Amino acid sequence: MPDFSYVRSEMLPEKAPPKSEVGIYGWLRTNLFSSVTNSILTVVALYFVVSLLRGVLPWAFSPTWGAESLSDCRGILHELGREGHFAGACWGVIRERWTQLLFGFYPIEALWRPLVAFILLGVAMAPVLFTSVPKKLLWFSAVFPFLCFWLIWGGSIWFPLAIFAGLLLAGVAFILVTRYSGSTLVGVIATMLVPVLWWIFFTDPVSSAVHFVLPISLEQVESQNIGGFLLAVLIGLTGVTLSLPLGVILALGRQSDLPLLKYSCVAFIEFIRGVPLITLLFVASTLLNYFMPPGTNFDLVLRVMIMVTLFASAYMAEVIRGGLAALPTGQYEAADSLGLNYWTAQRLIIMPQALKISIPGIVSTFIGLFKDTTLVGIVGLFDPILLSTNIRADQAWNGVLWELYGFIGLVFFIFCFSMSRYSMYLERKLATGHR
Amino acid sequence: MTTAQKQLQVSDEVAIQINKMNKWYGAFHVLRDIDLTVYRGERIVIAGPSGSGKSTLIRCINALEEHQEGSIEVDGTLLSSDLKNIDTIRSEVGMCFQHFNLFPHLTILENCMLAPVWVRKIPQKEARETAMHFLEKVKIPDQADKYPGQLSGGQQQRVAIARSLCMKPRIMLFDEPTSALDPEMIKEVLDTMVELAEEGMTMICVTHEMGFARKVANRVIFMDAGQIVEQNEPGEFFDNPQSERTKLFLSQILGH
Repeated sequence: MPDFSYVRSEMLPEKAPPKSEVGIYGWLRTNLFSSVTNSILTVVALYFVVSLLRGVLPWAFSPTWGAESLSDCRGILHELGREGHFAGACWGVIRERWTQLLFGFYPIEALWRPLVAFILLGVAMAPVLFTSVPKKLLWFSAVFPFLCFWLIWGGSIWFPLAIFAGLLLAGVAFILVTRYSGSTLVGVIATMLVPVLWWIFFTDPVSSAVHFVLPISLEQVESQNIGGFLLAVLIGLTGVTLSLPLGVILALGRQSDLPLLKYSCVAFIEFIRGVPLITLLFVASTLLNYFMPPGTNFDLVLRVMIMVTLFASAYMAEVIRGGLAALPTGQYEAADSLGLNYWTAQRLIIMPQALKISIPGIVSTFIGLFKDTTLVGIVGLFDPILLSTNIRADQAWNGVLWELYGFIGLVFFIFCFSMSRYSMYLERKLATGHR
Repeated sequence: MTTAQKQLQVSDEVAIQINKMNKWYGAFHVLRDIDLTVYRGERIVIAGPSGSGKSTLIRCINALEEHQEGSIEVDGTLLSSDLKNIDTIRSEVGMCFQHFNLFPHLTILENCMLAPVWVRKIPQKEARETAMHFLEKVKIPDQADKYPGQLSGGQQQRVAIARSLCMKPRIMLFDEPTSALDPEMIKEVLDTMVELAEEGMTMICVTHEMGFARKVANRVIFMDAGQIVEQNEPGEFFDNPQSERTKLFLSQILGH
């Protein structure tokens, strides 16, 4: 009869892993040469990468920076003995037209204004993006949109300030009306009514009056002259900052128990998602005018911004709904059982977790939105792509394709890639589950 | 007075009064004519097969589930669709769940401070002191700055108990608090609950821990098919069950 009895007298110590599992050798083995098929694929892929670089690099390293036209470029390359269709890139077009690609037809002497706005944008975004930046800077983030509007479009500084004052009035109205009427609902209605009345009836006269006393203004720049990446960033940034809160509201509305609220949110989301952005842009550029009182001058860029924001917020709402659905019901129940009311629970428990889950989807929507800004060329705004067509219409640069598209692609890539990296940083920072 | 007598002694002040309560999930009749009076200081264990409605019953008490007929009165506040009453009751009644339901994005300390600060409007400093007091009580003050995901199941459940206690509730509900735990961790949670019971907390526990019921409860309720089938003091309940259904249930869970 076999004897199974066994008693361990001492526990085993930890041993170092075998050489094939760690270090460079281990990494190569597990990632590139783990099997015969994998090794073949690695070699083939390496061959493709090398031939791609051998084709692109000589083309990209081309001493044509100073060229004045395409034929100039060809001359320089001819002297070097480089012939053929892909002899070398013609970088002269970027040197001559980079301001146009970045800023459209913005007046050259006023280019410092978008530059300052861009630098201040960094300051305004820092406290929102990074927790290590003091939170006190957030007041600047709140003022920045109005400052940016003034810097880019110019005119009297009192106009954007008067618009901003409307928001302050909304806050004051909420506090006062809620306190004296005792009802939050009346407070909310007042909060919505007061700034709208202010913007319709008082903004213009008040800002003109103050401007008469204290004229501080920049030269006005027409919307038609704003283009290139300046336009893309302006539309993209507005869309990003406004579509997130709108998306949260729509997602919560869609989950609401009140049928009227729920179905209006569903209708909005499904309608916007069912219509191409281009259609909405056409609506913005043509149809919207029919609904305005005759004679109103409603800026095209502003109209496009509104449409792009609405478009993005519908997608955002669905992304956030996904995050909400991924939360276990236990989280709602725990919040309820502690006596937290709906809004406190949403703000402190549900949204922080739902938004964290949705970060990849949110950033995808942001990136999609930013790239979609190139569609505004369809309604005659000068996005970078339309500008490149415009540049080729010049006799000197007729036929330059790769350099312009390459440059535009590179700038888009820098923006989108940094968004993507930031989202990964944020996910790592917020990961508390299994740390 | 023997410990057994002491265990059974309760006040005659009513904490929860449930009258002819009925609940349906769609067409399914989950709870049928529930009548239950809970006195202050009682430790009630509710047992029964799964699907008998025991969890639903205690979830009705703090309005996590809505009942359709009958009335529930907690500490003199009538549970109705009035949100104000619901919030009052919820802040008086603490609850622990099978899956702990800690907030994973907040530290242990923040989990405990959240409700006192935002519901009771207690200053941060005071809330922190209260939270640390109860974390010491459940014997994990050293984990205060960790996140729930870093703790073992037993520790998480003890944090959940501390989080409820921070609201200074007058009644505690436990919904199978040890069912999701490894055997090695059940004891530490039960010990905490025993300690709580000894301090005179009014408790209703849905649990399968019959040893706990025998030792701590002053009343055991057996439910089946949405009804209260039998209730008695633990000694009688376990040693001399009356209903056939109870006998079958007890033979199945105690038999092995």
